[in-house]
Formats: sequence, C-alpha cells, structure tokens
Amino acid sequence: MSLQFRVEKREQGSALFRTLATSASVLGALFVAGFLLLSAGVNPAAAYMEILREALGSTYGISETLVKATPLIITGLAVSVAFRMQIWNIGAEGQIYMGACGATWVALFSGLEAPLILPAMFAAAFVAGGLWASVAGLLRARWQVNEVIVTLLMNYIAILLADYLIYGPWKNPDGYNFPLTAQFSDAARLSEYFNTRLHSGFFLALFCALAVYLLMERTIWGYQIKAIGSNQAAARYAGMKTGLAIFLVLTLSGAIAGVAGFSEVAGLQHRLQHGLSPGYGYTAIIIAWLARRSALGVIIVSLLMGILLVGGDSLQLSWQLPVAFAYAFQGLILFFLLASDFFINFRLRRVKEDADA
Amino acid sequence: MLEILLDATVRAGTPILFATLGAIINERAGIINLGIEGLMLIGALSGFAATFSSGSLLLGVVSAFVAAFIAGSIHALITVQLRGNQIVSGLALTMFGIGVTALFGRGVVGQTIDGFERHAVPLLSQLPVVGKAFFNQNGLIYFSFLLVAFIWFFFYHTRWGLNLRTIGENPAAADACGIAVNRYRFLAVACGSGLVGIGGAYLSLASTPMWIENMTAGRGWIAVALVIFASWSSVRALFGAYLFGGITAMQLRFQAMGTTVSAHVLQMLPYVFTIVVLVISTIRLQKGASQQPENLGLPYDREDRK
Repeated sequence: MSLQFRVEKREQGSALFRTLATSASVLGALFVAGFLLLSAGVNPAAAYMEILREALGSTYGISETLVKATPLIITGLAVSVAFRMQIWNIGAEGQIYMGACGATWVALFSGLEAPLILPAMFAAAFVAGGLWASVAGLLRARWQVNEVIVTLLMNYIAILLADYLIYGPWKNPDGYNFPLTAQFSDAARLSEYFNTRLHSGFFLALFCALAVYLLMERTIWGYQIKAIGSNQAAARYAGMKTGLAIFLVLTLSGAIAGVAGFSEVAGLQHRLQHGLSPGYGYTAIIIAWLARRSALGVIIVSLLMGILLVGGDSLQLSWQLPVAFAYAFQGLILFFLLASDFFINFRLRRVKEDADA
Repeated sequence: MLEILLDATVRAGTPILFATLGAIINERAGIINLGIEGLMLIGALSGFAATFSSGSLLLGVVSAFVAAFIAGSIHALITVQLRGNQIVSGLALTMFGIGVTALFGRGVVGQTIDGFERHAVPLLSQLPVVGKAFFNQNGLIYFSFLLVAFIWFFFYHTRWGLNLRTIGENPAAADACGIAVNRYRFLAVACGSGLVGIGGAYLSLASTPMWIENMTAGRGWIAVALVIFASWSSVRALFGAYLFGGITAMQLRFQAMGTTVSAHVLQMLPYVFTIVVLVISTIRLQKGASQQPENLGLPYDREDRK
C-alpha cells in the first residue's frame, strides 16, 4: 500500500511554531553548507567552531561583529520598509555606494567645519541614496516598470560611478596613483570606542531601527504603507494615493540605505574606496525576509549575519575560502525558509487510496 | 568595420540569448525566475570544469545544462510544489550560485582550455556584410539559431507548447482540461534553467576559455529584463540579445580606440541601455494587448479555483 498525502491549507501556525520553523531553517542551511564545505576539503565542524570563536570569543571579535552588523541593520531596515508595501528594493547595494559618494563629497569638497560637517554628510548620503532609488520609484509608480530589475541593474551603475570617481576626478593627488580618495579630516569622522573599530554608526543604526519602528507602528504613513502592502486595490478604494506612496517608499528605502554608506565611510573607512560594501545590500534582503518585517527582528538577524561575516573573513585567511561563500550559505537559508513557510501554511494529511477516488 | 562590429555583436549577444530563452520558458509556464544570474555562473563553472578534465567541449555544454537543470529544480520544487515566493526563491538561487561557484571554482582558477573555434558554413558565410558575422562562427552560436526556431515551433505548433502557454495564462483552466499543471511547470523551470546554464557555458568555453569568479557580471539580470522586451517570444529575444550585444561591442570598440571617456562610464552603457529598453517595452506592453502570461508569478493551488 502506498502512502498518499493531500495538501490542506491551515490557519497560520502559532508564534512558537513559526520561530521553531525559522530556527530549523537556519540549522538545515548549516547542515547542507557543511556538506558543501566538506566537498571543498574543509572540515565543517572546525569551520563552524572557528566562526564562533572569531566572532564571539574575544572583545575584539565582538566589536568586529558589531562593526559588520552596523551597515546590515541599516540596509536591512531600508529593504524591510519597502517589503512592507510588497515593493522589492534589491538596489540597497548601489544605494550604499551613492550614499557614500554623497558623504564623501561633503567631507572632501564642501569646506564645512566641525559641528556642521557630520550632519551635512549624513544629509548628503540620505539625499543621494534616496534620489538613486527614486528613479526606480518613479518608473514603478508611473509606468509599472518592474522595480526588481531596475534597482538591481542600478547597482552595477552605482558601483561603476563610484569607481569612476575614485579612479578619476576624486583620486587622491598625493596617493601615489592608488584608486582612493584622500582621507577625511578628523572632523568628518564618527567617534570610535574602546580602542576598537566600533564607531557611533552602530548607535545610529539602532536609532534608525527605533525611527523605522515608530514610523511603521505609530504613524498614519506607516499604517498606509501596511494597508497598501496587504491589499493595494482596497487601499486605493479607501482613497490612498498608491502611486505616490510607492514612489515615496522606494525613495525612503534608498535614503535609509544611503545612510549605511555614510556610516561606512565616516565611521570605518574614512575615505571612498573600491569594494566599499562586500554585498551588504544583498544580505539585507535576507535579513528583511528572515526578520519577518519587524525592526527588532532586523537587529537580531543582522547581529547573527555579522557573526557569519566576521567568521567568514577569518575562514578566508585560514582555509582560503572565498568571501562569496557567505552568499551560498545565505541562499541556502532562504531556500529552507521558503520550504518551512509551506509547512507553516499547509498541512499534509495522509489519505487512504480509495478515499481519493 | 561594420563586419567586425556585427561579428562582435553576435558573439557578445549569444550568452544573453541563451539566458533569455531559458527565462522565457520559465515565465511562459507562469514562474518568474530571478536566479538567472546564479544559473549562468553554475553553467559557466560546470561547463568549464567538465571540459577541462575531459577535453571535450560537447561534454562541457552537456554538464552545464545538467548542473543548471539540477539547480533550477530547487527553484521549481520551492515555487511549484511548495508554492513559495518566486522572487525570494530566485534571489536565493542567484546568491547560492554566486557562492557555490566561488567555492568550487577555486580549483580551476587560472587554468585554460581550447575553447570553441570558428567553422565557416559553406556558401552562407560568403554573403555580403552579414555572412561572416552569422555564418563564420562557432558551433554554440549555430545551436542558438536552431534553438530560437525550435522554441518558436514548440510554443506555437506543438500540443505540449500550447499546454505550457495555457498553464501560464490560466492554470485552473489547464487543470480542468486534464493537463498536469505542476509537472509541466516543474519541467519548464528545470529545462529553461538548463538553457540558461548553456548561456553561462558560452562565457567560459567560447568568449574567454577560462573560469573567472563572478564572470557573468550582471548578464543574467540583463536577460531577465530582455524577456519583457522580447514579449515572451523567442524570435524577439534574438533581436533583444543582439541589440544588447551591439551596445557591448561598440563600448569595447570605443575603449580599444582609446577615447578620452572613462572606461568606467563606458561600462555603464549596457546597464543604462537595458533599463531604457525595459521602460520603453513596459510602456508599450500596457498600451497594446499584453503578451505577459496572465498568471505570471502566482502559485497554483487547486483548492483556490473559482
């Protein structure tokens, strides 16, 4: 006798079940990634232990994890704001670069001084990231052009634009022809703590999380965003301007991602250089999805991803693993998460063979 | 001059053509596949590795198809059987492809193979202007011509093709007619992904006979955009891919001539151009009768039938 199953819809599982399913997804991804590591000649148990030891085993490791989590929190929030409206901002990577370019321009060429320069850099990054994303917002709101493709293709353009600046007009004249801008003055740097690379960008990220939470849960705009996200047609009948809202939300999403660019150049790198972001904007997509739309969730998941990135850097040195391997792992988490969604939303019921006929 | 440019156009357009054709087969069945970029990389690496270890280019192309077929099956399983979000699953596939090929590609970095060579087609290659560009090329390019014709024939002159189109438009109706919706969708996603893999293999077996990490450089995303330009037709995909190939060829030509324009700015052109084309074709799509499969992006659940 063969086993037969029927797929049935069910009410969404309990919060406990959902949390369990998410955790099981991460474990499943760790398990499969272990096989990938094994076949690449790396002992997965040793590699996972090393990730934990490097990222959490010392004060320096923890500070580095927070440093990596900083841009992830900000971009994760950026992507999740758009997600709430069922809008896909896959362009956070490019928006980070544009934000960094905006902040760098103020830092090097505006001539502003101490109390004003940092706020001006922040504002420039916010505006630059927002403008960059507003192109996709306009195209989507006005002509229904697919925002996934536009935001993604604009990543390539943004990175090339930053390259153009650092190889061309913004190249440090005293830099022995290296493709770097000049270093920022002390006034244009965020403060650092405990003799580590941890900088006040981390607190800026936490502040962003609070701001996004208040926006989404405590204002009429947040309510509209969520209403349009859950049923666009109904929101339109209720008199909401959905086109304008789509444009504004994508712009806001890009502006927040731009802030991550500000935080990276002002807090960490103190100049504009190639490879400013090793794909934070893409990791942000998973963070937003894993966090299931909550701002607090974004912080928690970003910290976990920070551990993965710090550990990944160290694996790169000790096992010559490519940095991009972290992507494979992130892709696996998403696969498992999607699969677990199925078991949250449906149940398999065993049926007798003759009952089907 | 024109002949050289046309030749470079066909060569630069072919990998995109394979990828666009594969994406069209996915979307005709109603499934959006944003994993094209990752699938191309998987095809590029497995094609290169198979040819490197066996010396056979044919084996390389077959392995590229098989590897991308398997990777595409993950997307199919999640989106068709498990009714998962197609956009997220596709993005996951792209990330997975980038990471996995970076990991397994370490072994063949810096190696080279004897890639595809040109073989002139008698008579046709003697045609003025277009002869050399289209008929003094390598075997994969000739294969792409046949594929365009075959896919057109498949969709419009076979029962299977009609069934597949019906599923993309209205899966409930197809189901009522006794068509196995999920089986068709699964195979369309997997086979389409396989073709995308061959597009990747073109890069590592013909364009530059070596493996370079992340060598697709966004071509997969350009293919996703070209599907809309092509209004889901294989013949129009040919034009779209060559249009893109032409921009790339011109951009390279400018660089070789040593213009004062920065190489970084020139490299932006294909992406800018793709966005412009996407906008124009989307607007045109809304004005005329839309060719977009009615049920694109939606999972099918028999219990939801109205």
